[in-house]
Amino acid sequence: METKKTSLYQLHQDCNAKFVEFAGYQMPIQYSEGIVEEHKFTRNHSGIFDVSHMGQLFIYGGEDLIKDLEKIFPLDLKNLKLNHSKYSFLMDKDAGIHDDLIITKTKEGFLIILNAACKDNDFKILKEFLGDKYKMVMDENRSLIAIQGPKSSEILNDVINGVKDLNFMSGNWFTFENQKVYITRSGYTGEDGFEISIVNDFVDQLTRELINKGSKLIGLGARDTLRLEAGLCLYGHDLDKDKTPVEANLKWAISKERISKGDFIGSDIIIKQLNDGVSKIRVGIKPEGRIIAREKTKIFNQSDVHIGEITSGTFGPSVNGPVAMGYVENEFSKKNTKVFLEVRGKKHPASICSLPFYKKSYVKGVN
Amino acid sequence: MSEVKYSKEHEWIKLDGDVATIGITKHATEMLGDIVFAELPEKGSSVEKDGTAGVVESTKAASDVYTPVSGEVVDTNQAIVDDPSKINQDPEDSAWFFKLKIKDPSEMNTLMNKDDYDKFAKETSA
Repeated sequence: METKKTSLYQLHQDCNAKFVEFAGYQMPIQYSEGIVEEHKFTRNHSGIFDVSHMGQLFIYGGEDLIKDLEKIFPLDLKNLKLNHSKYSFLMDKDAGIHDDLIITKTKEGFLIILNAACKDNDFKILKEFLGDKYKMVMDENRSLIAIQGPKSSEILNDVINGVKDLNFMSGNWFTFENQKVYITRSGYTGEDGFEISIVNDFVDQLTRELINKGSKLIGLGARDTLRLEAGLCLYGHDLDKDKTPVEANLKWAISKERISKGDFIGSDIIIKQLNDGVSKIRVGIKPEGRIIAREKTKIFNQSDVHIGEITSGTFGPSVNGPVAMGYVENEFSKKNTKVFLEVRGKKHPASICSLPFYKKSYVKGVN
Repeated sequence: MSEVKYSKEHEWIKLDGDVATIGITKHATEMLGDIVFAELPEKGSSVEKDGTAGVVESTKAASDVYTPVSGEVVDTNQAIVDDPSKINQDPEDSAWFFKLKIKDPSEMNTLMNKDDYDKFAKETSA
């Protein structure tokens, strides 16, 4: 299969991007300044991320659709306010995670943002459940960019007036060059920011205007270090079909209202795990010193017993040290528990820590 | 002091008497990106030509550092362990990795001169 290019490919090239293939797309891993500078620029100013490879699934419908989607997602969609978003997951019957996603209630129905590598399979699964009852469109005509960091609100508001009044995890339709754009105040870096869904023909112009106002394109490399410092999961690494949301320590994303009643995919297992506990759980891990423990690094307890594995690990530029997360046996998941990480045949000390490594600065309530 | 030689694994080596100073090339640092971790061989240990003698890690991945000649490690550069970003800033001078008392001077003959290395680096990265 030929690798796909996003509508910003030319702009990435103009900005000297280094490309990698990711989920079937040619995506920028970094630009000339490099991952560390891009990471810091996002934390201190404003960075633009091309996430057009992600799926933008529009499902059209009303009350019936809400009921049907509640049979799939562990969310209280009935009481979700119009234009508000929730983080959730598509699970199998054993509560294994097919994908993690953001779902937003719109006037027309729902918009679901899906991971690029999972989107086709997600569509198939959702289609199986929903049948032909609702119009479902995986919109390939729209691009998706994120603008993240403390200066982003000011910069984006200069180009699209009114966005600064959005609350965290809510969105609305705006206009850019007579085009309808859907903007949510959200992101995946631990910074205040926005995600902008815009037709492909106008994304280049919008992005160039944001760059002119002082933002910069940031590659997938810095996106990874930013989200890891923020303690956020990456599907295919920290989440997969062998892990449940409870094991992934994401029970905050499961509606309490829905737990009491069950009846969503995977609810039996979720309820059982919430009541009985789990044997393994996702934790933050801080190596002592500078050693970097990457994905698949084995974790040992003080008696040299293998108790888990790292699922993401890198150097955190804002923390100025190594950061990691992984799954350990539940009894070793308490904060400050001393563990050892096997890197290149040697065991290095580390400790279990709370997430995030880097404190979030989301805008909670503007209004 | 002899001319600087280069290996196919992107190390440079400068011989002064029977002591060689070894580091990684600017080209290598450009390929790696931001270096955030460095591990060096132990002083007093022996290393064999083309064997592993250290590790560098960028935000993305870990890479081994090889020694282009055999010898005994007589010194290591703690400054790059404490601040690995120095390797990106000055790879072919102050950010050297380790010094070896070399075992066999003829091993130097297997390495490339600057022109050949530059050509090699250009071809392999294309």
